[in-house]
Amino acid sequence: MPKLITQVGCPYCGSSCDDIEVIVSDDNKKILEVHNACIIGTNLFMHANDPTRPKLPRMRQADGSMKEIAYPEAIDFMAKTMLAAKKPLIYGFGSTNCEGMAAVARIAEKSGAVLDNCATICHGPSFLAMFDNGYPSCTLGEAKNRADVVVFWGCNPMHAHPRHTSRYSIFPRGYFTSKGQMQRTILSVDPRQTDTAKLADIHLMLDQGHDYELFDAFRTVLKGYDIPDVVAGIKKETIVKAVDIMKKARFCMIFFGMGCTHTDGRNHNIDAAISLTRDLNNYTKCSIMAMRGHYNIAGPGQVWSWIFGFPYCIDLSKGTHAHMNPGETSSVDLAMRDEVDCFVNIGADAGAHFPIQAVQHLKKHPFITVDPNFNMASEIADLHIPVRIAGVDEPGVVYRMDNVPIQFKAVIDGLPGVPSDEELFDMVYERMCELTNTQPVWIAAKEDRKHPANISAVNEA
Amino acid sequence: MSEIKGEILIKGGFVIDPAQNIDGDIADIAIKDGKIVERVSNAAKVIDAKGKVVMAGGVDVHSHVAGPKVNVGRLIRPEDKLFKSGVAHAPTRMEMGFSVPSVLKTGYDYARMGYGFVMEAAMPPIHAPHVHEEIHDTPIIDEAALPVFGNNWFVMEYIQKGEIENTAAYIAWLLRATKGYGIKIVNPGGTAAWAWGMNCLDLEDKVPYFDVTPHQILTGLMQANEYLGLPHSIHVHQNDLGNPGNYPVTLASLKLAEGVKTKNKFGREQVMHSTHLQFHSYGGDSWATFCSKAKEVMDYVNKQKNITIDLGCVTLDETTTMTADGPFEHHLHALNHLKWANVDVEMETAAGVVPYIYSKDVVPNAIQWATGLELALYSKDPMRTFITTDHPNAGPFTRYPRVIKWLMNKKSREAVLASMKKSDKVIDATTIHTIDRELNLYEIAAMTRTGPAKCLGLSSYYGSLKPGMIADVAVYDLNYKDMPSDPEKIESAFLRAAAFVKSGEIVVRDGEVLSHGHKKTVWVNPKMKENPQVKRDVTESFTKGYYTVGLTNYPVREYLAPHPFVIDVDVEA
Amino acid sequence: MATVTLTPTKTPELMLEANSVTPDAFAGKNAEQIATLECREGKTHVTIGDFFTVSGNAGATAAETDIVIAGDCTRVKYIGSKMTAGTVTVNGNADMYVGGWMKGGKIHIKGNVDSFCGIAMEGGEILVDGRAQNHVGCAYRGDWRGMKGGTIRIKGDAGNDIGTFMLGGTIIIEGNAFIHVSTHAEGGTVIVKGNVDGRVGGQMVKGTIYVFGEIKFMMPGFKKVDKVDLEVDGTKATFDHYIGDLGERHPKSKGKTVFADLYLKA
Repeated sequence: MPKLITQVGCPYCGSSCDDIEVIVSDDNKKILEVHNACIIGTNLFMHANDPTRPKLPRMRQADGSMKEIAYPEAIDFMAKTMLAAKKPLIYGFGSTNCEGMAAVARIAEKSGAVLDNCATICHGPSFLAMFDNGYPSCTLGEAKNRADVVVFWGCNPMHAHPRHTSRYSIFPRGYFTSKGQMQRTILSVDPRQTDTAKLADIHLMLDQGHDYELFDAFRTVLKGYDIPDVVAGIKKETIVKAVDIMKKARFCMIFFGMGCTHTDGRNHNIDAAISLTRDLNNYTKCSIMAMRGHYNIAGPGQVWSWIFGFPYCIDLSKGTHAHMNPGETSSVDLAMRDEVDCFVNIGADAGAHFPIQAVQHLKKHPFITVDPNFNMASEIADLHIPVRIAGVDEPGVVYRMDNVPIQFKAVIDGLPGVPSDEELFDMVYERMCELTNTQPVWIAAKEDRKHPANISAVNEA
Repeated sequence: MSEIKGEILIKGGFVIDPAQNIDGDIADIAIKDGKIVERVSNAAKVIDAKGKVVMAGGVDVHSHVAGPKVNVGRLIRPEDKLFKSGVAHAPTRMEMGFSVPSVLKTGYDYARMGYGFVMEAAMPPIHAPHVHEEIHDTPIIDEAALPVFGNNWFVMEYIQKGEIENTAAYIAWLLRATKGYGIKIVNPGGTAAWAWGMNCLDLEDKVPYFDVTPHQILTGLMQANEYLGLPHSIHVHQNDLGNPGNYPVTLASLKLAEGVKTKNKFGREQVMHSTHLQFHSYGGDSWATFCSKAKEVMDYVNKQKNITIDLGCVTLDETTTMTADGPFEHHLHALNHLKWANVDVEMETAAGVVPYIYSKDVVPNAIQWATGLELALYSKDPMRTFITTDHPNAGPFTRYPRVIKWLMNKKSREAVLASMKKSDKVIDATTIHTIDRELNLYEIAAMTRTGPAKCLGLSSYYGSLKPGMIADVAVYDLNYKDMPSDPEKIESAFLRAAAFVKSGEIVVRDGEVLSHGHKKTVWVNPKMKENPQVKRDVTESFTKGYYTVGLTNYPVREYLAPHPFVIDVDVEA
Repeated sequence: MATVTLTPTKTPELMLEANSVTPDAFAGKNAEQIATLECREGKTHVTIGDFFTVSGNAGATAAETDIVIAGDCTRVKYIGSKMTAGTVTVNGNADMYVGGWMKGGKIHIKGNVDSFCGIAMEGGEILVDGRAQNHVGCAYRGDWRGMKGGTIRIKGDAGNDIGTFMLGGTIIIEGNAFIHVSTHAEGGTVIVKGNVDGRVGGQMVKGTIYVFGEIKFMMPGFKKVDKVDLEVDGTKATFDHYIGDLGERHPKSKGKTVFADLYLKA
């Protein structure tokens, strides 16, 4: 009998929807149907059925081909390579659970690596802005239950976060917003006529790259001062009208995306948005939120903050303390400046997403990819180690874009012999400790989890 | 998890244990398999405590050490790490941060100070998995967490309708779901009002929409707590925190406990714990007329036996404020213009974070410093008065030894006062300079272990050296018979314990961490018969989607608290 | 005065973190001792002697010590960081953090510098003959206490984030600057002799900016109030005087609101 599993978390975007229903085969090996998820989420589940998914690590050979090897050999190679490097770089975590992120922190510290995540090429500038200016935010339920004015600035959830607008931001009927969309005024600030902009009551089609000036104009108007007739391509009257709507809101919610973080000024665009949010709280209630990309990309920001005090770009090479300064310790900068001599790509695809010069520099040194699937980074790697898929065949905690932790379930059994991220990293850590003749540090609370029963099969592969 | 085996003998120290009225007797403390016992064999490992003080492990009743707002404090403050972090060396891992330490530094530093149990003071229920993730990554110390209830929609609705049994049933469900310890109340009603940008500064201010007052919330939750017979009482952060002239609101809140009787099987005598009282003991009507009302507040506390308090001492450091009192943090940001983070939490609560520099040369800060110390010095019952800094709000917990120094040594207080730029103004607004009292080690032990353990209903496990207790034992390099004339030596002795045994394992020697210990997560499991209405109400809030997570994904899964120490409470309805 | 000359012998494979290349660390040491001072290349512990030949002994104190690096330091970080006195001269380029957290003394880089030159500087002088990358005289991430004193002069162009969160001191960019000048500043002076793309004085509370060239995109929160004749860094000219950022908070002094000042050469 196929089984129905409800309230399943979706391993796609930062909306981290946990209302997915999945029908799986009687033997827990195959996903048969996926309900409630968007088409991308559905495909991510279905992809786990792919019979060609890698089941063994593959090592690059002298002739350039890839050859399957056993896990212990891969673990040994990864441990030795990272220990031998002067400064390894570990990057990724777009699709890893928090347990894996805590485990990787141990090997990063042990090997004196730089630990970074996809935020470095995504919402890293938002972190920089939070460092400088704080972050007046809320959970998504607050937006759903209360927001009567919703601003989408430099983001297009209709494409990037397909169920965001129906679950949280535009359409849903919340406690104080029982009329749903009817009760909400939607503003879109975007240089393009996106599908989200088409839904908006007002679309401010600004000149690309001038968000900072536009935020400043909003703030200046809010303070009661005059502004030039046109700012960033938007007429003064439109700006004044938009400010008035936000000021008169009962609860104003600002969502921002990569349109802000990846145009000139980057972090300062968010910085100014945070200042505007703060100013609006002198008149009404206003919150702001980053439209984080992956289902658990908020996770490393949380896990590494409690372990090292920093969310990303964490340089552990000094041995005694962690150092963080994006612009120096950020993955792309390190790669472009040829400042690392080993690269470990985990649950992301630096091969596809980094500038080509950065990848060329990284390729001069050992290149290891840990990922459930084949991708560009696995195909250019010296070693590819497959792991289970967090949220599909591996459970665990993920952090939604609003930093609410959601305990994801596994819906099918993992491929036999394939470890989770956490299991793999713990084995690499133990190997590193053996090689350096040191004692592994397990916080006592972890000791029950560090040797999962099903891992013995791995070593026989 | 493997039980700790083995025997230890802590030999010849000056033992101080208020639970047994022992004050400086020279005695041996025997430990076997994680517990304190009457005697051990000759094979026991010996810790020579001759000429040193031996106390039970410290118990912190109120500290913000794990969870979403603590982590926001870490995340938004890289400058709290730069040139301010510890230097790691084997066997410890890196320890980062000053005012908001990383989980590793938190565990290590508490252990170095001889503390064995720490209460995380505010857990937003929906974020409970996060709190537990941080707790299980924190080494050595046992921890529990108090979910916040004072602005919870269910609680406000049941109380508005006068339904105490339903309130209790909801609390029982939430404590189980979050693996929480007891009832925390932060700015009752005010934080709920903050969701619309408003506040409740007075006990009779109505909460928008919910038609209930802070007064009713406090009374209702106090009744529900005793209905359930929980180990701890309600744990209250009152309204109008931090503002000049707030002490009448404080006294009015404390008075709600008058005539209320405790009902519990855990040896707890209070029905209300009033936390970080320093922030609530101010007179004046502006920052210009700001003054201490510690005497007035403590006169009331001293005679009202069914309340306990903790201090929330200002330590005059650059720190990070963080509280579920969302409107207060917004207000604080408006005063100091430093970065402001806020997290409003659907259905439940809110939180804010703002860095703050307490300067001895800023008069209100200096008055706050004096107020915190005055509360302790005016206390007639150290078993009801506990040392805290509301970490990290008034200062980091690593300053407890400094607070102890100030309380034990008048000279050290006078030195701080004399160094203040405007000490005359501080003297005008406080009474600290008139107090000669110097607390003794027995009183300090009551205020830092025995008292807090009793207040939390944990006196069968922590806070004493009686046989049968969990073997948390701290040895401090202080000679009971010949206390140092240099007050700095008091601080350094309490900052780095000569030895600390945690659950029967030596985790610290000479102030250095030797082991990552065997930490436990403590939580309370109220066993109450199912209440159909509460079950229906909770289920509906998820199915109607006022919550944005699924009901089955809400309760904290077992593996996130891998070493639980569960206290069952049989609720007699 | 005593001069210590470091001559590069090899290029670091990664970047060399040379926190010890300061007059303070050298003071009281002879050439041999200086060569043993620790640096880092990634997680490996190395010494100055591994990458430079050292000649000459240092003076007794930092103030009596001059350091000359006779070659290129494109891959050397932290030169002169935290120094309090003395001088450092580099006859070539230098990497990040030149004069970071510096309190006194003089640094002269004859080539270009990378980012974070003079970060959180408190005093002293930095002179760069060539270009600077980003974050000249900025604050460390998250700190609201940026550059407090001292002077940084960049003869060439500079990138973005000049004087972010600046509280005091002077930064002079003789060439062009990209974007973000004195963002969040609450004091200090920035002079740009060339052009700036934009975002000049955004979120600025107090402080002064002079721009000799053109600002391509003016912040909408700046308002022109008058025209003044000034002498700025040796140049006499007429400037349009703007105040701002009107969108930002501003303190009051004697009942009057204090704004930041922007002077744009007329």
